[in-house]
Formats: sequence, C-alpha cells, structure tokens
Amino acid sequence: MSIDKEIVRKVAGLARLSLSESDLERFTPQVAGIVKWVEMLGEVNTENVAPLANVVNVDLKLRPDIISDGGYQDKILANAPESMEGFFVVPKVVE
Amino acid sequence: MAEIVKGETGDWEIVIGMEVHAQITSQSKLFSGAATAFGAEPNSQVSFVDAAMPGMLPVLNQYCVEQAIRTGLGLNAQINMTSVFERKNYFYPDLPQGYQISQFQHPIVGEGEIEIDLSDGTVKPIRIERLHMEQDAGKSLHDQHPTKSFVDLNRSGTALMEIVSRPDIRGAEEAAAYLSKLRMILRYLGTCDGNMDEGSMRADVNLSMRRVGEEKLGTRCEIKNVNSIKAVQMAIAYESRRQVEVLENGGTIKQETRLWDPAKGETRSMRSKEEAHDYRYFPDPDLLPLVLQPQLVEKIEASLPELPDQKKHRFMSEFGLGAYDASVLIAERSRADFFEQAAKGRNAKLVANWLLNELLALLNKEGKSIAESPISAAHLGQLVGLISDNTISGKIAKDVFADMFASGKDASQIVEEKGLKQVTDTGAIEKTIDEVLAENADKVGEFRSGKDKLFGFFVGQVMKKSGGKLNPSAVNDILMAKLKS
Repeated sequence: MSIDKEIVRKVAGLARLSLSESDLERFTPQVAGIVKWVEMLGEVNTENVAPLANVVNVDLKLRPDIISDGGYQDKILANAPESMEGFFVVPKVVE
Repeated sequence: MAEIVKGETGDWEIVIGMEVHAQITSQSKLFSGAATAFGAEPNSQVSFVDAAMPGMLPVLNQYCVEQAIRTGLGLNAQINMTSVFERKNYFYPDLPQGYQISQFQHPIVGEGEIEIDLSDGTVKPIRIERLHMEQDAGKSLHDQHPTKSFVDLNRSGTALMEIVSRPDIRGAEEAAAYLSKLRMILRYLGTCDGNMDEGSMRADVNLSMRRVGEEKLGTRCEIKNVNSIKAVQMAIAYESRRQVEVLENGGTIKQETRLWDPAKGETRSMRSKEEAHDYRYFPDPDLLPLVLQPQLVEKIEASLPELPDQKKHRFMSEFGLGAYDASVLIAERSRADFFEQAAKGRNAKLVANWLLNELLALLNKEGKSIAESPISAAHLGQLVGLISDNTISGKIAKDVFADMFASGKDASQIVEEKGLKQVTDTGAIEKTIDEVLAENADKVGEFRSGKDKLFGFFVGQVMKKSGGKLNPSAVNDILMAKLKS
C-alpha cells in the first residue's frame, strides 16, 4: 500500500494529532518507509500457516467472578485536572 | 406480517436488523474485579484497569464467558471454540482507554435463530448473525453544568453481549416481538436482567426501505438511543416514513447514524459520529485468543433451563392449554412457575383460567408482581380443588377468591369460617325448594299452565334463599322434577 499525504492526514486526525502542512511533508515519507519495511514480510509464503497469536505457548488466563477491586474513588480522581462530587469534569461534549 | 408503508408512488417494505446490547449479569467486570451493581456512588466501582491507568492489564472474567456461551446456546446458535478480542479505536471522554475491547472478526457465538410470536397467532423465525462480548463505556452527564460534562466510570468495563440479528424484521410489531422474546430468553437463562430503563438492555435499529417485490436491500440508517420497546416502535414508524419521503422525492439515503429524540418524536443525524466511524480494529495484544474446552460447553448445555418456547409447547401438550394462554403464562418465568405449582394435581385448565382472568388482572390493577401476590400458588390450587370436587360453586368461589386476596387466608379456612360449603344433600335442597314453591304458589300455577320462562325465577329464588350455597345442577334437577310432578 502506498502512503500519501492524505492518508497521513486522516490517520493523524483519527489519533487526534494536529499536523501542519510542513509536518505532513516531513512525516509522510517516514510513515511510508515504515509501512514499506513491514511489507517485506509479504515476501514470505504464509499459505497454510495459521496466524500466530503469541510466541509463548500459554493459554489465556481467566479469573473467577469475584469483586476484588475498586472502591477507591479518591485514587481514581487523584490525577483528574478537574472533578466535582465524585465525577470527572470535562469540557462539554454534547451535540 | 410485513408492515407496508404506503407512499405517493407505491408500497414500500420496511427492512430491519437489530443490534441489542445486553449487560451480562455478573458480580464483577469483564476484565477487572470492580463491582457492577447499578446506582452506586460515581467512580466508586472503578479499578485502575477500568480507568485505563498506564501499565494495567485486562484479565478475562470466566463467568462472563460462561454467560455468553449460555446465551449463545439459548439462541440456538453455534459456539465458536476460538474467539479473539480486538481493539475498537475511538475517542470519547467516557472511554478512558481510547479503545473498546470487543470481538470483531472472531466472535464467541455465530449464527443462530429464535422464534417470535405475532399478534395474529403466527410464529416467525428471526436469524441471529452473531453474539460477541465487549466492554461497556462509562456514562456522561451533560445537564449538570452549562459548559461542562460530568463523567462517571462505574459502568466502564462492565461486560456486554452484543446480539446482532439478520435483517429479517419487517416492521414495528415484529421488532417489538423480537425484543420481547430476546429479553424473555435472557431472563430465563439468567444472563441479563433485561431492564431497559436501567440501560442493561439497549437496542440499535438498522432500518432501510425497499419497494414491495424488490429483492435488493436499500441503504440503511442506524438509529441509536431507543431505550424502550415503545420507543423502538415509534422510531421505526418515524424513520420509515422519513426514508420513503426522501426516496420518493428523488433523494438518496445516506448511510449514517441517527439519534432518536423521544421528546420531539423524531430521528436526527449525528454528524460528529461520521468521521469517527473508522475504528481501526486490531487484535488486542494484551489478550490471547479465547480457546474453549468442549467439556465446558457441554456442561453449560446440560445445565440450561427449559426455555420459553419449549415451556410454551409443553404447557400446550401437557395441560391442553391454547397457544395464547400458554404464551401469556410463559412470558415470565415466575408466572410459569406459579402456574405449574398451582396446577399440580388440579384441573390445569381451570387453574389457568383463574390465574389469567382473575389473579393476574387483580395484581395488575394493584401494580403488584406475581411474587407479591397475597394468594400463593398452593392456595390458588386449593381453591380450584374446592370447585372441582363441588365443595363450592364457581359463583361462591369468586367471593372466596376476593376474600383470599384481601386477607391472605387459604380457601378452606374461608369456606369453613363463613359456612360457604355447597349443599349437595338432597334432603336440604328439597326443603329449600319446597319452601320457595309454597311461597310462590301463584307462579307455580302459571308455570304449569305453560309459562316455561318462570323456571329461571324459581332457580333464582332458591339460590337466594340458600345464600348461593346449593349445588346448582342438583337444584335444577330437583326443581324441574317437582314442578313437572
């Protein structure tokens, strides 16, 4: 896949990054280079090879349904720039 | 029974697929040990995992997995032995991770099918496309402050099942029937409480229109924020008309997300959602694929309760009930259990009549659930038993029933205390009849000279004199014999 300026602009927008025109000029070839490098993997024939989910041979660990966490509102809110009556307070986000 | 929308240029068919988010009944969250109870202090049921603090790792809740499997089996669906959690990326203040852990390409449950019951007595199958597990987001409050939104993360990370139907639904009635049946199945299984007003079951409606006879599907709109069965019906009525109007005026439907506004009774475009629709799913590197053991699925399958449709068919064959009565009885598991308890060893049809026509009507009037009924299942059964063995007449039974409802006493006790026992002793019946005939000698003469209609009058007088306690068929027989002699 070829990476052009519009794709970088869109991806940056989705990631909430504000890039100027000169930023785009600078980053587009870099992103294109990264993607091209990863695409080298396409040279390997992976037909009949199942996707590898992990390189360690373990199963997904599950936990029992027990309440063992939470109950520390003060700690959850400790880093919030603004809070009130136990809520996080953010700029209004309604249409 | 497809609903047709009559346009200016012809008839249109409504095509609907539903996405239902059902909160999994569990003590703790999908990936953390924080509690899930509804209505707690804001941010008091939040772990560092749910708040997406750096370095925190999700650990999957075994019980939630079992609940999803149980639901899949209840939807007659295929269970996928390997499923994968992926990240769905978008930004919103009540989503602290910046992504929702969901299942995309490999959901835990595949294709299934449920039956819906329609008002004309027909049954229609609706296909299920898939069911997957995912995290819920937190809650934003927008009405607390003029320029700020308040965020509570208590719901953040709670386990959801998203149940997606095929576009097999053809109008508001079918949509309502689908939601009702789905909720009934979830409640029978105990996998979701189905409370739409607390948000533990929420529906998105995907709706498109096509001309009757057309095979190809039209472009659909997704309607969000429809939070009751009534709202689903109203939103469908509005949106189907809106789309027909656009199409008939030469316009095209834009695939978009629309918000149902219950106050205005309309759907409107949610523009900001448009650009965010690129979710860039990818497998969550914090979680390995979920691989199920066949023994687990078999164990859950063996422990499934009798499901609503199975129960309905059994009530019809075992107790000889009609489809309608059976479907009302099975609508709630507690109601069906009450019926079965009351009907044990009794005339089941009579029990069904008393339960449906008398008890449920009265409970409904008083705003009580069956669990709060002052008349227990055993007591209702006993009342029916007294009618069946002719201890009391059906008419007296109504008074006894009212007394039972008011006092909570059992039927035998009331019959005993008030001396309501039906008199079947022929001698006593004859005595009352003789008295009535003696008091109305003139009418006896009229009857004998051909005024047959007076028979009802004599029956009435006899019943009145006895306080309604005489066995009606014995009264009829003896009275007729005496009048004709």
